[in-house]
Amino acid sequence: MLSLFLRDTRLGLRAGGGVLIGILFFLAVIAVVPFGVGPDLKLLSRIGAAMLWIGALLATLLGLDRLFQADRDDGSLDLLIMASDRHILALTVLIKCLAHWTTSVLPLVIASPLLGLFMNMEPAAIGATTLTLLVGTPAITLIGAVGAAVAVALPRGGLLVSVIILPLTIPVLIFGVSAAYGAVEDPAPFVAPFLILIAITLFFAVIGPLAAAAALKSSAD
Amino acid sequence: MSEAVSKARRWVDLANPTRFINFAGIVLPWLVGITLLVLAAGLWMSFQAPDDYQQGSTVKIMFIHVPFAWLSMMCYTVMSISAIGTLVWRHPLADVSAKAAAPIGAAFTALALITGSLWGKPMWGTWWVWDARLTSVFVLFLMYLGIIALTRAMDDPAKSSKATAILTLVGFINIPIIKFSVDWWNTLHQPASVIRMGGPTIHPSLLWPLLVMAVGFTLLFFTLHMMAMRNEIWRRRVVAMRRIAARSAERRGTQ
Repeated sequence: MLSLFLRDTRLGLRAGGGVLIGILFFLAVIAVVPFGVGPDLKLLSRIGAAMLWIGALLATLLGLDRLFQADRDDGSLDLLIMASDRHILALTVLIKCLAHWTTSVLPLVIASPLLGLFMNMEPAAIGATTLTLLVGTPAITLIGAVGAAVAVALPRGGLLVSVIILPLTIPVLIFGVSAAYGAVEDPAPFVAPFLILIAITLFFAVIGPLAAAAALKSSAD
Repeated sequence: MSEAVSKARRWVDLANPTRFINFAGIVLPWLVGITLLVLAAGLWMSFQAPDDYQQGSTVKIMFIHVPFAWLSMMCYTVMSISAIGTLVWRHPLADVSAKAAAPIGAAFTALALITGSLWGKPMWGTWWVWDARLTSVFVLFLMYLGIIALTRAMDDPAKSSKATAILTLVGFINIPIIKFSVDWWNTLHQPASVIRMGGPTIHPSLLWPLLVMAVGFTLLFFTLHMMAMRNEIWRRRVVAMRRIAARSAERRGTQ
């Protein structure tokens, strides 16, 4: 399992700018926001946390179709499925999700404080947003694994994955943003939405890999 | 005992698509008739119902809005049960049922949203608010569309059925959220007033038309669902026959 994690991480890092494209997309989304709403710094600092979350969500969805596609193309996905009598397939999927998150989503989280500066956010708000992104984005990847596994047999499933996954990620977005706001604004609580966010991540850490494993098995036979 | 066995066999027999089509041929005319009768009675009762002292005649939107909203959730539940049927028993009709139900459910959800916003304009002063009930129903609508898109994206029904079933089951999380959204969060949408502990809070003069309309639209759903399933079976047969015809034509060409 550790070797699978290392292999996937290495492949993800060397896969020719996949990581960089994700960050660039994130940067582009954030850079477009001031053009859309106007360069009013007060307004930007108020909507900054929400914009960072939406940008990170879109950038995560963008890379999801690569989760199983490359392995399917070179046939190693079939090997992983065939090995499911020795290792539980759901566990394999979970490891793959973790590796994918480490290589293509963690850089987004690391880049988000810098982009938070562009949005004229306070240091506390930047810290809270980064923390919620760190906790919340694994849930998006785990939900996305279901979509990626369901659409793995399709030739161009990327857009379809985004369409069928986006409704399911709305709770993550709601609680992530409300926790980020809770850290700055006084009456709104921070701990409660943050704990719910963690609960969502843990919940989908169980549901996501199980459903994705079932979908992969059915796509193989 | 023997009756139970024969009853069970009758359900298994329905798994055979030909028998299902025969069964649907017998049942459908009756179902259509009863649906029309109940809906007509419900409509008549709705127009006879008194106006609300506060809302005036706009309360009549309730008689279609509430059944649409109930059906949008019931249809998703039917699809989830079909999805379990596909995954667990590999029932040949289960994925036909799920595929046929999705567009009907999407239509009912859209109608519930539209009638709700028409009702919301005079009552709340706005077409749309982002409160928990409205947002979760909107998410349900998006999920219907996603499921339809996924089903249509794969041309082989054997492959798409399982993928759709898994997606449907994952999306079922939303149904309890919709049901309890008015209790968990403070919403502009009113809390449940018909099915609740301690009896309904609606006056009987408004409750009876509502219940008759709900039964009527439920019957309408099952009528449409059965028709759509029959269509889907026929469509698959046409595809299979075309393939056989193409194969035999090819064989003749090589000889």
